[in-house]
Amino acid sequence: MKQLLSGNEAIALGAYHAGVVVATAYPGTPSTEILENIARMDGVYAEWSTNEKVALEVGMGAAYGGVRALVSMKHVGLNVAADPLFAVSTTGIVGGLVIVSCDDPGEHSSQGEQDNRHFARIAKVPMLEPTDSQDAYELMEWAFNISEEFDTPVLLRSTTRISHCKTVVDVNKERRADLKPPHFTRSPAKYVMVPSNARVRRHAMEERIIKLQAYVEEFPLNEMLLADRKIGVISDGVAYQYSREVFKDASHLKLTTIYPIPANLIRRFAQEVERVVVVEELDPYLEDEVRRLGIAVTGKEFIPIIGELNPEIVENGAIQAGIVPASAKPSPQSSSPAPQLPARRPQLCAGCPHVATEFVLRKLGFHTAGYGKELKKDELIVTSDIGCYTLGVYPPLAALDTCACMGASIGQALGLEKAGVPNKVVAVLGDSTFMHSGITGLIDVVYNQGSTTIIILDNQTTAMTGHQGHPGTGISATGATTQAVELESLVKGIGVKDINVVDAFDLKAIESTIKRSVESDETSVIIARGPCILSVKTKGTPLEVDTEECVGCFDCLDIGCPAISISEDIACIDADMCVGTICGVCAQVCPQDAISEGKR
Amino acid sequence: MKDVNVLMAGVGGYGVIMASDGMAEIGMNNGYDVKKSDTLGMAQRGGSVVSHVRWGRHVFSPMIRKGEVDFMLGFEQLEAARWAPFIKPDGVVIVADVVVIPISAIDGKIPYPSWDEIRGILSQYTDKIYLIPATRIAQEVGNPRAVNMAMLGFLSAFLELGTEAWTETMRRRLPPKFMESSIEAFMRGTDEAKAIILGKGIKK
Repeated sequence: MKQLLSGNEAIALGAYHAGVVVATAYPGTPSTEILENIARMDGVYAEWSTNEKVALEVGMGAAYGGVRALVSMKHVGLNVAADPLFAVSTTGIVGGLVIVSCDDPGEHSSQGEQDNRHFARIAKVPMLEPTDSQDAYELMEWAFNISEEFDTPVLLRSTTRISHCKTVVDVNKERRADLKPPHFTRSPAKYVMVPSNARVRRHAMEERIIKLQAYVEEFPLNEMLLADRKIGVISDGVAYQYSREVFKDASHLKLTTIYPIPANLIRRFAQEVERVVVVEELDPYLEDEVRRLGIAVTGKEFIPIIGELNPEIVENGAIQAGIVPASAKPSPQSSSPAPQLPARRPQLCAGCPHVATEFVLRKLGFHTAGYGKELKKDELIVTSDIGCYTLGVYPPLAALDTCACMGASIGQALGLEKAGVPNKVVAVLGDSTFMHSGITGLIDVVYNQGSTTIIILDNQTTAMTGHQGHPGTGISATGATTQAVELESLVKGIGVKDINVVDAFDLKAIESTIKRSVESDETSVIIARGPCILSVKTKGTPLEVDTEECVGCFDCLDIGCPAISISEDIACIDADMCVGTICGVCAQVCPQDAISEGKR
Repeated sequence: MKDVNVLMAGVGGYGVIMASDGMAEIGMNNGYDVKKSDTLGMAQRGGSVVSHVRWGRHVFSPMIRKGEVDFMLGFEQLEAARWAPFIKPDGVVIVADVVVIPISAIDGKIPYPSWDEIRGILSQYTDKIYLIPATRIAQEVGNPRAVNMAMLGFLSAFLELGTEAWTETMRRRLPPKFMESSIEAFMRGTDEAKAIILGKGIKK
């Protein structure tokens, strides 16, 4: 049956048909929909794990227990899960274990760009990579089979364009019925990695790769297409699709086995064509592999190493490198220079519970109202983290000084303090991020007697990726009610004595609490609590601007609410967007008291 | 079977993704190979949304090249202007009567362009520009979210699949509550386009 599936839907369905029994993940663009889809399928245990490291450890345990397990994450998630990745590569598994890494070339929704194909080689784990949803669907069964046959975890690498593009899939399988029952066989030599056992497993890892090198030579989803022999293009992932479109008449070698590579197949292909070209996104991974075979190759000198590719970039590079002739058709360039259009940056929503805290931080923290200037001693430094609240770096809020990786805000704050920087430091992170990687940082602050203030913006969901549950929410991946981990008790248990819970929409309370906390010498935690407005079903009565009272000072624009604009030289509130009294931050900011609940 | 490249540009909340999903599925159900790709610059947070939908005998790239868009649906006027360079010479541009002013235009130095300015930008690439009353149609059918259906209806008049091919898939996909009003918005869009096509003698 033909179905139109995104890569992530195809991965989920492929895993389901391959008999996956346990699926774990931490949400992260562009990988999130894999677990969301699996969570709706019968006969699979699906969980949002606290973070990617835990997700992989749960998957590892399930695979030790003899069942098939799928673990999915975004590219930077694999950094977090690198420790168990190397560990499970060493021990091997019993039930199939497939780890999906979704890379984000071009950083559509990420703090950085990285090419996770390298992880396969460094962890000595085979890697497969689809070029569309059909491949993704079919590769899942292969991945589980390879995992079990070669006693190894298998990496499947996707990218944003594979995960989020919909393509036609011939769904030609059903869920396999011959699922093995869970069973753990005691085997310390395999599972207990004391050095004497690890040394033995180390040999097994190398032997496994040698066997896989032979195996991938016959892998059916690697495809050699011989046409015009002048150019032979080797490509993987979505770059294969771009290559087929740009190099229409050329010969092509599509690779889906990324590690190990099919060396003899590549040699045969190279012998058939006059010139070998590699088209790949990000690093020259395949290019280096091909060159190591002694084959002359053209690659990154015409294909950018940075960012996402598209057919245009590939074609322009190929023209510049003289691989294809310049296009004969007239380019539709406009005669006049492109006019400047106002940008449409992402921004915090109308009614977002993060706005008030960030507004106060800016007020307390950025007296000089600008970056790159000498900090005054009484100005706050605000270390920040990964989540919607990071959008507060943009004007008009412009309230943040750092954003690096999950949970880093807390360690950074302590580091700045211990370095002796004269300014007070505040760390800001969300509830889901705190659960993911903030807890250990907070323990470090308490243990090492930091005086930092940590603000947990508790909107009771993982908002940025589309409202997934996390340990603090008490909602499981399938939507069931579960035990919630209470933030206050957790923080108290760590040893924080100065714990403050404030209403996320109460400007005065937030300001006075932050002021007091930064002055204290002990570790302070402020929990700014208010629900993500997108998960609130009933909105309040929209607020209105009193046209008589408004003097057009536009202080209200400083909160960056998308519902507020200027109309005829006074402020104006879009009643459709405004969530009203649930928020009311603009009314608290207005020095004229000109904003209040509408009369409707 | 003609290749069709459609770019849909807009902002979050106006049904761009639903329209592009629907169009992709309609193409597949009617024998095309289909690919569709969204770029969601954190759309739920007010960013731009762009969908590429491609129908063809065999589609490779999920992204349409600059200058190769046959039809652009502008679900928001500024976003239509922003993606103008993707239109092929003589491509068709269909723009909804929707304006969503970004924060950068409220407090920034670059104002939101007028429709005349937007039309000026678009007309550097094509003369076939249609501003359609999609919001009015949606309101008149009693379903404010049906702006995207009116847009698809207008587009359908230019394509080789008949109306039935579109509505058949829509009947299977749409929730019952919105089905009739959505299909009515679609038909109203089609009628608008047919009146223009007949009036100008445009060939499909």
